[in-house]
Amino acid sequence: MTDPVLRLENIVKTFPGVRALDGVSFSVMPGEVHALMGENGAGKSTLMKVLGGIHQPDGGAIVMGDTPVVMAGPLEAKAKGIVFIHQELSLAEELSVAENIYLGELPRKSFGRVDWARLAERTNSILKKLNVGFDARTRVGDLSIANQQMVEIARALTVDAKAVIFDEPTASLTDAEKVVLFDVIADLKASGVGIIYISHRMEEIFKITDRISILRDGQYQGTVNTAETTEEAVTQMMIGRKLDLSRNASHHELGNVALQVRGLSCGKLYSDVSFEVRRGEVLGFYGLVGAGRTEIAETLFGLRDPSSGQILLDGEEVRISSPADAIARGISLVPEDRKGQGLVLGMNCRDNMTLPQVDDLKAGPFMAEGAEVAIFDQYRDKLDIRTPGWKQRVGNLSGGNQQKIVIGKWLSMHPNVLIVDEPTRGIDVGSKSEIHKLLRDLAAQGYAVIVISSEMPEVLHVSDRIVAMYSGRIMRTFTSEEVTEDSLIQAISGLGGDKAA
Amino acid sequence: MQPGALSKALKSGAIWGFIVLELAFFSIAGEFLSLSDKAFMDWENMLLLLKQSAPIGIIAMGMTLVMVNGNIDLSVGATFAIAAIVLLDSMTWPIFAGLGDWVIPVAWLLALAVGTLLGALNGLIVWKTGVDAFIVTLGSMLGFRGIVFMFNGENPTSHLNWTLVDFAEAQFLGLHTATWFLLGVTLALWFVMARTVHGRNAYAIGDNREAAVNAGIRVGPHMMINFAIIGFLAALSAVVFYSESGSVNPNDGQLYELWVITAVVLGGTKITGGAGNVIGTFGGVIAIQLLRKGLGHIGADTSTVNLVIGLILIAVLILDRQLNIKGKEELKV
Ligand SMILES: Nc1ncnc2c1ncn2[C@@H]1O[C@H](COP(=O)(O)OP(=O)(O)OP(=O)(O)O)[C@@H](O)[C@H]1O
Ligand SMILES: [Mg+2]
Repeated sequence: MTDPVLRLENIVKTFPGVRALDGVSFSVMPGEVHALMGENGAGKSTLMKVLGGIHQPDGGAIVMGDTPVVMAGPLEAKAKGIVFIHQELSLAEELSVAENIYLGELPRKSFGRVDWARLAERTNSILKKLNVGFDARTRVGDLSIANQQMVEIARALTVDAKAVIFDEPTASLTDAEKVVLFDVIADLKASGVGIIYISHRMEEIFKITDRISILRDGQYQGTVNTAETTEEAVTQMMIGRKLDLSRNASHHELGNVALQVRGLSCGKLYSDVSFEVRRGEVLGFYGLVGAGRTEIAETLFGLRDPSSGQILLDGEEVRISSPADAIARGISLVPEDRKGQGLVLGMNCRDNMTLPQVDDLKAGPFMAEGAEVAIFDQYRDKLDIRTPGWKQRVGNLSGGNQQKIVIGKWLSMHPNVLIVDEPTRGIDVGSKSEIHKLLRDLAAQGYAVIVISSEMPEVLHVSDRIVAMYSGRIMRTFTSEEVTEDSLIQAISGLGGDKAA
Repeated sequence: MQPGALSKALKSGAIWGFIVLELAFFSIAGEFLSLSDKAFMDWENMLLLLKQSAPIGIIAMGMTLVMVNGNIDLSVGATFAIAAIVLLDSMTWPIFAGLGDWVIPVAWLLALAVGTLLGALNGLIVWKTGVDAFIVTLGSMLGFRGIVFMFNGENPTSHLNWTLVDFAEAQFLGLHTATWFLLGVTLALWFVMARTVHGRNAYAIGDNREAAVNAGIRVGPHMMINFAIIGFLAALSAVVFYSESGSVNPNDGQLYELWVITAVVLGGTKITGGAGNVIGTFGGVIAIQLLRKGLGHIGADTSTVNLVIGLILIAVLILDRQLNIKGKEELKV
């Protein structure tokens, strides 16, 4: 038997108030894709940060070859052949693609000068492998989120890696880019690199990984061979119980039309968009990244002015001039980019959650702290947010728990129309089904809910009707009875589908 | 054209457009309002303008580096004064009495070393304590100024060395010594920021500190080097200026930090770090000096000058914001 590329033995890591890792051991073989799974906050990213030299463990050892090694910092980890593709984009937007890929190790020549020629040459050969549509000199801030993710991925190819860690690399990639990523992984695998792959997406895990290791609340639950297990078994190890995946089939009465959109256009972003959503209904928006779904949501939330068309709330035509205006009219938007738009990372959990309603939560001139805590507690329980307490900085929460804070924030506003953009990006299966159930419940309670998602199972699961978009236009609107996966795929790729609402 | 390209082009060109506008305005307004009958865009006048830009300009180049790095240095004016005192006073020290004119390079080196050390000290504190550079340098601004007053009370420190004055007043290829120093420093800083690994890492740190840390860039040492550089440049600015004037008041250099920061921001450096360059800063320095000189030319007093510059700074920041928003396809914020 070959030796593992690396072995983790009894790793322990505590943060103030949190035992993030509690004796985790596992090993990665050369040429293997090893999945690491666990709920939000289970400790996956923390474990990888220990391996990548960003955190120092409080106990346990990292063994490479036969000797325990100390990863004093990220550069040292890299020097030992460990490449870390981070969950949250870790890029300098003002710098070029090339400088970002080689961040921290720009090639040098005399007098400490950057060797631009060598840098460009190396970068371009990597970009060619990745088959992307930008070059070494593009400013990273000008790239789409998906392309920025590809820049992160490109970092895996810069060194002679022994092990590459991918922490939720596909969260913002389109299907085409995923194919490229999986090719990259296959290449790395073929050359004997050990790959650690973190994702909440079961279908990916079962498609590309060889073994799965599972964490729950910082504790190691075991490792299974992917070929010999099932989604249910893995889920049960992750959350310690069976998951109820049945759709909340409560057939309630639909109310009147809460929101209607007629012939709405916005420059080149989308055009002639018409749809309506009733109280008690979940309307799904499905399409490829860039189909214009987010832009429609932004228009409804007062972030963009439409160039033509009408928006009607409860039958009355309105002009939504700003987010404050939208909120006052009972429209809430859970944005897709939680870091940029949804959260104040330096603030604590409670204050983030009550941010939009600070004006309503006053007791005289002071903040009504008690009421704020009560709101926080309510949604922490409802959404199962894992945090040692409301005082925790949101920036210290795991990625999935941050997303739940954003959702809780807007739910606590009791909107009439709730728009959620990619509501479960980066969220584990357990909480995902919780959030789906919650969206259904909200509809049942008489809210009109719009869900934008790039995950087909998700739209199929939660929506009463599905709007299929392609390149800024609505191709077709399906009811949940008539929709099939095939017809949906056809509609969003611009093939077939009669262009009627 | 990529989205945002127009806004970027406008932004990088804006400061030069502004300078042209100033030149035109003061030339025309000067015809009617000026007390002297000399034209504003007189060659001599422009050469003088460059020379007068040097003290602020030399420091502004260092400030560009420090601000791109995500920091700020408020203590440059006080460092400037300390270096000036070291320069002038050390030339009278008895131990150097036998050196003759060789005392000049010695005094220069001493002043530059002191400036560099003070800057490095700022950097060390920012690095080791993690306290915000704004606070640290606010403290050292007060502290350094205190030292200046302790040295000679309210009295000026003076020493005239005629060799030195001759050197400082010399003109080479038409440009004054001070102008040459400004150009040299601009070129050097351009090289450091655009061409060296240290410079590029400084951009990365200012842009996204966490990303830089994750990539293994040693943030602290880079910041300390940059503070040492700006300390050195504050001292160099003093050395160039006081070689000619030969007398330093304890209040000299006050408000320099604000002029310098204004020039850097006008020149397009992002206040939060990560973007900016010395060429833009050079434009910012010239624009401010033109404004001061031009307003003087048409008979405005100092308080008017300050008011106008303040208004322009705010106008530029608003314009910059508008351009940025246009770049993002009208997404309202
Ligand atoms: N710097 C920090 N300070 C305090 N607590 C932290 C810090 N980093 C992580 N934690 C806590 O450690 C726990 C594990 O977080 P981690 O990010 O490893 O989860 P994860 O498994 O990656 O989750 P996700 O799937 O949501 O990304 C969480 O409870 C988190 O709040
Ligand atoms: Mg994580």
